[in-house]
Amino acid sequence: MKLLNQTNASAGVSTAKTISKRAMALKILALIATVVTLALIGGMMIFILIKGVPFINQSLFEVQYNSENQSLFSSVVDTVLMTVIALSIAGILGIGAAIYLAEYTHSQSKLVVSIRYAFETLAGIPSIIYGLFGMLLFVVYFKMGYSLLAGSLTLAIMCLPLVMRTTEEALLAVPTSYREGSLALGAGRLRTIFQIVLPAANPGIVSGLLLGVGRIMGETAALIFTAGTVAALPASLFSSVRTLSVHMYVLASEGLYIDKAYATAVVLLALVAVINVASWLMSARLERKNYGSA
Amino acid sequence: MNTAPTRDTIKRSLVGAPVPVNVSATNNVSTHTDNQQPTPITNPQSSIVIPNSVSPKSENHPNLSSENPTLSPQPLVPSETIHQSRITSLKEKIAQRVFASAALTSILCVALVCVFLIINAVPAIQTIGLWDFLTGTKWLPDQDQYGILPMIVGSFYVTGGAILIGVPIGVFAAVYLAYFCPSAIKRLIQPVITIASGVPSIIYGFFGLVVIVPWVQELFDTSGKGIITASILLAMMILPIVISVAQTSIEAVPQDYYEAALAVGASKERAVFWIILPAAKAGILAGIILGIGRAIGETMAVVMVIGNQAVMPANIFMGVRTLTANIVLEMGYAVDLHRDALIATALVLFVFILIINFLFSFIQNKSRSYQ
Repeated sequence: MKLLNQTNASAGVSTAKTISKRAMALKILALIATVVTLALIGGMMIFILIKGVPFINQSLFEVQYNSENQSLFSSVVDTVLMTVIALSIAGILGIGAAIYLAEYTHSQSKLVVSIRYAFETLAGIPSIIYGLFGMLLFVVYFKMGYSLLAGSLTLAIMCLPLVMRTTEEALLAVPTSYREGSLALGAGRLRTIFQIVLPAANPGIVSGLLLGVGRIMGETAALIFTAGTVAALPASLFSSVRTLSVHMYVLASEGLYIDKAYATAVVLLALVAVINVASWLMSARLERKNYGSA
Repeated sequence: MNTAPTRDTIKRSLVGAPVPVNVSATNNVSTHTDNQQPTPITNPQSSIVIPNSVSPKSENHPNLSSENPTLSPQPLVPSETIHQSRITSLKEKIAQRVFASAALTSILCVALVCVFLIINAVPAIQTIGLWDFLTGTKWLPDQDQYGILPMIVGSFYVTGGAILIGVPIGVFAAVYLAYFCPSAIKRLIQPVITIASGVPSIIYGFFGLVVIVPWVQELFDTSGKGIITASILLAMMILPIVISVAQTSIEAVPQDYYEAALAVGASKERAVFWIILPAAKAGILAGIILGIGRAIGETMAVVMVIGNQAVMPANIFMGVRTLTANIVLEMGYAVDLHRDALIATALVLFVFILIINFLFSFIQNKSRSYQ
């Protein structure tokens, strides 16, 4: 640019000026885009809080659901049960798969490539397809009916790629020197994984599991046709249940209890926000942990 | 993903390690040690590699020998080692199998999804006729007319609208966050975006229903539910993912590029928009494709704001129906051919998603090979 200015004085200066104007315009656009993003997302959260908080009262948390109180108590219990079952399955399979991919395979063999591709595919499948698949496989084929179990199994498959990916990232973030040290002291590979690598990767794994909790809590489409919409405490694994998000959907689409829908939205939003922030803090902790000791 | 450095460092340190190492289960390591200095004693039968400096040091760690039976202060006799290492290597092998089978469940799940969608959808598609099913413009289940073209077009319009609105905002916001934002403000904004990416779609849908629909109603004097409303809402929903992927890839561009641009006299703005942004192109494109996948698969939020008429869209204010909405609206009561036609709708959606996934991994591989 300077060279241009020297050789072609007046014309060069004017080009430089217009270009910097364009650059400034782009910078201002970037600022506007950020403000718009914040206004939309932050605006939505604030709107729901302002509209919903006044309607949070005791009747919302009564044990027995009926059309009078629209209580979300049973939905909260159902959500917790669903999360525990789905996440234990997804956790075991996902962490196992991540260990295999991060600790045992270094090659680009066909098997490894296809496993990775399968996880990528699973991660991209929309929840409504999981819902239909869960209905076809668990509800109809295995004759579970609309049930807690069918819903949990569907969600477990849905969360599997998320848990796998975050765990693998956490394992790869553990410095190689840890493994070298352990192997050098004579520990086998298995012992190295369970006593050295997994504890070091712990915050990252927990962070991934928390993301899974958030995903399960927020899921609706995959549950309508697998777990049903019965708002009650489940009698067994085979009872139909209604999680908080499904409850929210029923309230919003019925349109009769908009106040309750706002209040439920606040509860749901608060839970998901807490869980996501916790997950975020955990992964920040993993980073610190491994930077500090590397 | 890229494990090459890991392997190299293990290789280096194994050779320099002062204590014996049982690498019977780590085949990939032992194959590499051969060409390193100092040359280890290799037992070809048991695939155990023992560095030269082994025997004297291992006496200092008596407790290790109970842990690992292959350790001994004397140079190892091959026959003993083979026997003892078999127990450990058996355990290791079982463990490896267990982990491998956990990984293989992913393939099993994909196969199950494909199989169950296909065996339920194919008979229906055969009855309806593939061409009539894909290009039919009338979806009238009570008259046995199953054409999903309106839904395909609806899905494309809504997704396209969301990308047109969401991607420019998202990419510019990512640039701002990566290069221009004061770090104090960035620390406030980042958690908001993290939370936003976790907000359930049902809450977005509810917000769309009670806020965006009335807005559109007033602004354009229409019913309020339609393509434009759904596009705005989906744009909001894909913003967090587009921003985070774009920001990551912008920050991954080597700092040298930026410094070199400044060094030849470019202003900060020029360096960012003319040098850094093009260099992060592939990563940003991957983010856009992720956003497309998310938008086309979104169900609950869309159902609440799109109007759900199964007709061909004539303008962007019309109420239409997406593939996902079609499934969720009618699955509850559908039977027989109607039900199978809905599953076939899901199969069509699944094929679109597979294409998008393929594009995504293609672009990711490409961007990796650039670096």
